[in-house]
Amino acid sequence: MTKMEKPTTLSRRAVLMGAGALVVSVGAPLGLDTLLGINEAYAQGAKPPLTPDQLSSYIAVNADGTVSAFFGKMDMGHGLFVAIGQIVADELDVPFKAVKVHMGDTATSVNQGGASGSTGIQNGGKQMRMAAAEARRVLLEMAAAKLGTPADQLIVIDGVVSAAFNRDKKTTYAELIGGKYFNVELAWNKEFGNTLYAPGKAQPKKPSEYKIVGKPIKREDVAPKVFAQEDYCTDVKVPGMVHGRMIRPAVAGSVPVKVDESSIKEFPGAQVVWDKGFLGVVANKEWDAIQAAQKLKVEWSKVDPPFPDQNALYDHIRKTVARKRQVEKENGNVDEAFKTAAKVIEAEYEWPFQSHAAMGPACALVEIKDGNVTCWTGSQKSHFVQNGLAGNLGIPRDKIRVIWTTGPGSYGRNDADDCAMDCGVLAKAVGKPVRLQYMREQGTGWDPKGPASIHRARAAIDANGNVTAYEFSSKGFSRVDVNTSGNNPIDTLAGQTRGIELKSGDGFGVPAESYAFDNKRTSWETIPPFLDRASPLRTSHLRDPVGPQIHFASESFMDEVAAALKVDPIEFRLRHIKDARDTALLKAAAQKFGWDTRPSPRPNQTGSKVSGRGLAYAQRNGTRVAVIAEVDIDRTSGRIFAKRFVVAHDCGQIINPDGLEKCIEGNIVQGISRTLWEEVKFDNKSVTSVDWQTYPILDITETPEKIEFALIDHPELPPTGAGEPSMRPLTAAIANAIFDATGVRIRRVPFSPDRVKQALS
Amino acid sequence: MTQKFTLNVNGKTHTVDADPDMPLLYALRDDIGLNNPKFGCGLAQCGACTVHMDGQAIRSCITPVSSVGDAKVVTLAGLGTPEKPHPLQTAYIEEQVPQCGYCINGWIMTAASFLATKKKPTEAEIKSALEGIKCRCGTHVSILKAVKRAAAMMG
Repeated sequence: MTKMEKPTTLSRRAVLMGAGALVVSVGAPLGLDTLLGINEAYAQGAKPPLTPDQLSSYIAVNADGTVSAFFGKMDMGHGLFVAIGQIVADELDVPFKAVKVHMGDTATSVNQGGASGSTGIQNGGKQMRMAAAEARRVLLEMAAAKLGTPADQLIVIDGVVSAAFNRDKKTTYAELIGGKYFNVELAWNKEFGNTLYAPGKAQPKKPSEYKIVGKPIKREDVAPKVFAQEDYCTDVKVPGMVHGRMIRPAVAGSVPVKVDESSIKEFPGAQVVWDKGFLGVVANKEWDAIQAAQKLKVEWSKVDPPFPDQNALYDHIRKTVARKRQVEKENGNVDEAFKTAAKVIEAEYEWPFQSHAAMGPACALVEIKDGNVTCWTGSQKSHFVQNGLAGNLGIPRDKIRVIWTTGPGSYGRNDADDCAMDCGVLAKAVGKPVRLQYMREQGTGWDPKGPASIHRARAAIDANGNVTAYEFSSKGFSRVDVNTSGNNPIDTLAGQTRGIELKSGDGFGVPAESYAFDNKRTSWETIPPFLDRASPLRTSHLRDPVGPQIHFASESFMDEVAAALKVDPIEFRLRHIKDARDTALLKAAAQKFGWDTRPSPRPNQTGSKVSGRGLAYAQRNGTRVAVIAEVDIDRTSGRIFAKRFVVAHDCGQIINPDGLEKCIEGNIVQGISRTLWEEVKFDNKSVTSVDWQTYPILDITETPEKIEFALIDHPELPPTGAGEPSMRPLTAAIANAIFDATGVRIRRVPFSPDRVKQALS
Repeated sequence: MTQKFTLNVNGKTHTVDADPDMPLLYALRDDIGLNNPKFGCGLAQCGACTVHMDGQAIRSCITPVSSVGDAKVVTLAGLGTPEKPHPLQTAYIEEQVPQCGYCINGWIMTAASFLATKKKPTEAEIKSALEGIKCRCGTHVSILKAVKRAAAMMG
């Protein structure tokens, strides 16, 4: 059965299968040595080390001929494991349903980077394909020896290997290696994470040979979810477990100076864990832990409020001296071209802090037993959480097992890694297994935020109406003020609250497109955080990190230039785009939409309800997306109804078209939400967006009527990512549609009714 | 002070010893072991904790356990099974709705309560019935398709 399998589930139904197998009793705690155990290949013989240079680290053939694929990335809800199963099954020539994909358990997989940068298929799938191809090559060698037939005269159908010219001469993968380890070394590039690559000697199949890749295959984890049969990380329990809750200061930067543990003595099992700025409680029952966290008497240090008025945010970004500036791309002589321009068009755009605001606040469970740590977490990056726990707890990494378990939503560096670390600190302090779930106001109020930024663009136009120069620059908070995972204690609240030395990183980005101008420069600048330690406005990766903000600006600006030159916005782009796949993409979008070539704004719009259409496009690590939005605007209320979208999407080879469409659909809807509604509010003391009232997101009543797809398949090209790219141009497409409808340009996100109304008045 | 409460959940009787003010959610999750209602906000703003109380969709995160009395509580696990699924469960699978899936209780339990009394609803009526429930992954388009599909199945 190909579906997302969880080691926790396996342990429960563990039964003795086959001679020499390990025995794992039902309900027994999972130790590092027992692993998945029964009916799995590595239950027999000496297990090779779990290192990236071992084939057995990725692929095992079980005694019954089924295949286990061990994947060091995980699925955040797009059905990634289906695509990985398709790739592995196709390379190995086994039925799709024979492959089980095990994800993100540090005890069974190597660090392939976790869910990161839409690289699940692009990098992770590539490695799994190479491993599966190598496994097939090795199996054919074994079959050749057994059958006395050269390997190149063997064929494989559904895991049965036979001589091409005498089909009665046959064996099976199960007979050849079932229940035993591959002991085959791979050529590992010595890297961990997204760039890990370890091919064998085999060449993967040609795209024309794929039978399963490219087919729409459904997710088998939907049924367990709707029948309430799947345990999320919030649902895992172990014997002796107590419940934890954290306590955060009302004024960011403040720390406890006096804590009265007697104030919570009414709650059975109540204990305080306090270490400098770290303050949490545990209690035997969850409801008691929640109440204890509220009732605990704490005296906090007096600190100056760390934040400016929210109204001053963009001025603060403008005026603050940059900590780092980087020119990413430059050609020609931009400054000279602007001096000689007949006309200069320029504009500035603004993007607020945004929260991951996952469906549920993060949750983790940490058990420390006989010096061994087990952590269940919904983190996107379990291998990095393993490192972070080692650092935060002072326990060697090889004593720590992190088991990724479906979490309450994840779109980047949210609160999950911090929760795992806090939970580890609590568990170590109280000497009991602790389940910690943050409260809602901590999930939204204290997760690492998507950075706020401003973006400036200008274009030099000559006397003939040609663009002679283009410059684009961003300035904002860093995308890596805290890094993209809890790998290092300096990047976690548990580390920062307990006084660790800090190191804020600098990173932003520039537009990814193929516009060619004779003189062009793109650059970015980052400014330091308002508060350097344990800040609720610390910034990190939020889905398509800094992509939506940069391309909101750059693709709005392309429209502004096209409108100033009175040229159709697609025609204008096609004049300057130099990449053939980009050109094909825009044409595919226009055709699917039924685009009528004319400049914006749309003429002859009267009345309070007006409509418009807008396009924007972007590249992202090899993937290209063009989005056309059709919106209705009520001038009186300022309400925007984003009703129809056409998405042209080119991510090379498509592995699973149904999965791809669902993935894009989520991107578009979440992108509309970020565009129309989302802005983290704060006052001088702290973040005030702490729940769904104060951090509103898109409602079902605002669901687009239609999302249509123009998927461009390139079987001949390697697959690239889809988890984030379609969110990238979405905001600009809506902004351009608003301009088309009203002739008014909105340059600050979100496009909330008040802001739109004000802009239109 | 804790008290003993007898709860009728998914057709079975359970006794829990709890603070009367404790929300029903924690009795279901921690005392009875039904993991399917989720903690999303504790503020009745998201729907992740939704269960039925005598057929009405309620937010168990703000419903004191002492207020349940002898009402019949049904959770997602009690709504249908793989052998005998509720039409919404079937439709959810057919439409492949969820991404992270943490929001499922809110949508399915609320829609089930709505469709039990409203036959052949319009799209506007469906949206209105589901207003305010949260999905962060952005599966709204698929949710609407699934609810419409289930409504059609229920005649």
